[in-house]
Amino acid sequence: MSTNVELDLTKEDSNDGINFEALQNEKIAIEVENLNLFYGDKQALHDISLKIPEKKVTAFIGPSGCGKSTLLRCFNRMNDLVDIARVDGAINLNGENIYGKGVNVADLRRNVGMVFQKPNPFPKSIYENVAYGLRLQGINKRSVLDEVVEWALKGAALWDEVKDRLDDNALGMSGGQQQRLVIARSIAVQPEVLLLDEPASALDPISTLKIEELIHELKEQYTIVIVTHNMQQAARVSDYTAFMFMGDMVEFDKTDTIFTNPRKKKTEDYITGRYG
Amino acid sequence: MKDKFFKSGECWVWFNAGAIAIALVMVIGLVLLIAARGLSHFWPSEITIYEVQLEDGSKQLSMGEEYGEELPKGGDPIADKQILLKVGNRELYGLDFRWLKNKNVVKTELATDVVVIERREWGNFYGFLEQVEFDGQVFTQNDEDVLLAKMHEAIDRANELHEKARDLEKDDIGAINYDLEELRLERRRLELKDEDTPEVLAEIASQEKELREKFEVVQAELFKLHEQAKRDTVSLVTIDDKRVNIVAENIVMAFKPNEMSFLQKLGHYFLKAGEFVSDEPREANTEGGVFPAIFGTVLMVLLMSVMVTPFGVVAAVYLHEYAKQGFLTRLIRIAVNNLAGVPSIVYGVFGLGFFVYFLGGSIDDLFYPEAKPAPTFGTSGLMWASITLALLTLPVVIVSTEEGLSRIPKSIREGSLALGATKIETLWRTVLPMASPAMMTGLILAIARAAGEVAPLMLVGVVKLAPTLPLDANAPFLHLDRKFMHLGFHIYDVGFQSPNVEAARPLVYATAFLLVLVIILLNISAIKIRNRLREKFKSLEN
Repeated sequence: MSTNVELDLTKEDSNDGINFEALQNEKIAIEVENLNLFYGDKQALHDISLKIPEKKVTAFIGPSGCGKSTLLRCFNRMNDLVDIARVDGAINLNGENIYGKGVNVADLRRNVGMVFQKPNPFPKSIYENVAYGLRLQGINKRSVLDEVVEWALKGAALWDEVKDRLDDNALGMSGGQQQRLVIARSIAVQPEVLLLDEPASALDPISTLKIEELIHELKEQYTIVIVTHNMQQAARVSDYTAFMFMGDMVEFDKTDTIFTNPRKKKTEDYITGRYG
Repeated sequence: MKDKFFKSGECWVWFNAGAIAIALVMVIGLVLLIAARGLSHFWPSEITIYEVQLEDGSKQLSMGEEYGEELPKGGDPIADKQILLKVGNRELYGLDFRWLKNKNVVKTELATDVVVIERREWGNFYGFLEQVEFDGQVFTQNDEDVLLAKMHEAIDRANELHEKARDLEKDDIGAINYDLEELRLERRRLELKDEDTPEVLAEIASQEKELREKFEVVQAELFKLHEQAKRDTVSLVTIDDKRVNIVAENIVMAFKPNEMSFLQKLGHYFLKAGEFVSDEPREANTEGGVFPAIFGTVLMVLLMSVMVTPFGVVAAVYLHEYAKQGFLTRLIRIAVNNLAGVPSIVYGVFGLGFFVYFLGGSIDDLFYPEAKPAPTFGTSGLMWASITLALLTLPVVIVSTEEGLSRIPKSIREGSLALGATKIETLWRTVLPMASPAMMTGLILAIARAAGEVAPLMLVGVVKLAPTLPLDANAPFLHLDRKFMHLGFHIYDVGFQSPNVEAARPLVYATAFLLVLVIILLNISAIKIRNRLREKFKSLEN
C-alpha cells in the first residue's frame, strides 16, 4: 500500500522527470501531446506528452499493465481495433496529427511498422510473407518483388538462412527466425518508424541476441520504439528510455542517465528491482 | 482391489469403450446388412424344379429361383413352412412369385438345360429352349449347340439394333423435339410482342418444316430398326409344357445359370451390377438400373453446395466480422441455430409455397410468358430442390464458418493490419483462406445432411421417373427447370409404391447401399479437400 502514497507524490510533480533537453541535438520524429486513452470508463493513459527522436531507439519500460504497450499501439492506431477504446490528445508524425480528420489509417500503418510479442508470420511461404505488404500496394511484378524480398530479408539478417527455401512455409521456421521474418515483412514496405512490442520476450537467449543486434543495425534507417520489460535489454539496445507507471509517463531521459542516475525514486525502485 | 478399480477411473474407460464398440458394431452391421442383401441380388441363383402334390391329388411342377422361406406366425416348423419361389413367366401365371407349402413338396431337383431369359417387358422367363427363328431360318433341338449359338447371335443382334434405336430416340429425335418446342415458343413470343410479321412467321414455318422432314427421316429409320430387331424369335417351353414365342427385341440377355462355372457367374454378377449403376430403370423401376437416380442425386448435391457455400460464408463473415455484437446479433445467431432444427418437410412446404409457386410463378410471368399455361420454373424442379436444400443446410455452414473465423488468432489479423492492409484486404488475403478448412467442414456436414434428405424433395422436384436427365446435349445443357430422380426417393418408390414388391425388395437394399456409397464418396472428397487446406494453413494447430 505504501506505493500508493508514492504514486500520489509522483503525480503532483509529474513533469519534472521528463527531460526533453536531452533531445536538443536530435530531430524529432514523433511528438505526443497530452494523450489520454480510455478503455470504456477506465483511463489507461494519463496526459502523456513525449518526443521520440528520429533514427534512434527509444525504449518504454515499466511494470506489467503500466500502459507502455497501449501507448505504443497508439502510434499506428492499433487501438482502433478495440471497440471501447477512446483517445484524446494528439500524436504528430512529421508534424501531422495521426488522430486528425481524413487520416488514412492503412497508409499510416504502412508508414509505421509494428512487430508483436509473439512471432505472427502468415501461413504462407517465406517469400509471400515478405511480399505481403507490397502486394497490398498492388505491386505484383515478380522482378520488383524478388528484389525487395531479398533486400528486406538481408536487412533482417535472415537472407543467408532462408535464401534456398523461400517457398517453404514460414511456420516451419524457428521462433527467432519467424520474428526476424516479421521484421523483414515490416521493413519491406519501407516504413519510417518501427514499433517493437516486446519482440524478444518469446525467444531463447541466442535469438534474443540476434534481434538486439538487428535493432542496432536497423536504427541507421528507422526510428525505433521498443517496449520491453527486460531492463538489461533496454539498457543494451536503446538510446533513450521512458519509464511508465500506471498510465503515467514518469521519467524520460537518455538511457545512460536513467539507468545510472534516475531522477525519480519510482524509477530507481523499478530499475533496482524493488518491484515490477 | 475393487475400490482401487473404481477410483482409478478404469471403469469409465471401459464404459466409454463399450459405448463406442456398440456404436461401431451397429454402423458396420447396418452397412453389412444392406450390402449383403443388396449385392447378393445380382448373383445368378440356381433354378430348381419342385414337384408339389396338390390337395386334390394331382401333381404340379414349378420351376424357378428360391427366394426365401417363411413360417406363418404360430405355425408348425415342419408342417406350415412355406417356400417362396420366383417362377417368372408373368404372361402365363399372372404373378412372378409362388408360395409352395413345404409339406406338399414331393420332389426337388436341379433343373438341367433351363434357360433364363431376362426381358425388357414382363419380367424373367424360365423355360427350355425349343427352337430359334433366325433370318427366317428355323433351328430346332436337333443340334443343341447350334441352337444356343443362334439364340445368342439373335439376341446380340437385336440388342445392337435396340441400342441404335434408343440412341436415335434419345439423341436425334430428342434434339428435334427440343428444337421444335423452341420454335413453337419463339412464335408464341413474337405473337405476344405483336412482332409476328408474315416474314418471320414464314421463316419459322420453313424451319419447322425442315425439322419435320428430318423427323420423318429419323422416324422411318427408327421403324426400320425396330422391324429388323423383331424378325428373330426364340421359342421356349415351360416346365408345364406351354410354348411361348419371345421376340428377340424383347430380350435383354439369356443365360443358363445351372450350367455356369463360378467364373462365369462372377462375370454375370459384374455385368448385372454394372447394368444396375449405368442403366435406366425398366418396368416401373423394378428392373434395370438406377443411373438417372445416381446422376440426379449427385447433381442436386453439387448444385446445393455451389449455392450454400457462398451464402453461408458471406452471412458468417458479416455476423462475425462486421455486425455489431449486440442483442440483435445474438438473436440472429439463435435463430440461425434453431433453423437447423426445423423438420425438413417444413422446408419442403416452404420451398413449394415460396420458391416454386411464388418465385417460380413470377419468373414464368416475367420471362416465360410464351410457354404459358404450361409452367417452366413455376413447377417443382432441380433448381428449386437445390435451393430448398441449400436453405436447409445453410445454418450448418454459417455456424462452422463462424467457428472457424473465431479460431483465427488475433495476432494474424493484427499482423496484416499493421502492414497497412484494410479490414477487407485482411479478410481476403489472410483470414478467409485460413478459415477455409472450417468452411469445408460446414460443407461436409451440409452434404451429409442434404444427400440423404428425401421428404422435402418430394415436394420440390423429385419424381418417380424422369424422361430426360437434367444435363444433356441441347443448349443450355443444364436444365434447371427439369424434374429429376433421386436415390432416396427411388428407395421409397421401389420398395413401397411398386406393383411387384417381392421382386423389388433386393433392389431396395441395393439402392440403399448405393445411396450410402454415394454419400460416403461425396463426403470423402470433401474431407480430402479439407485436409489439404488444413495442411496448408496448419498454424491454427500450434
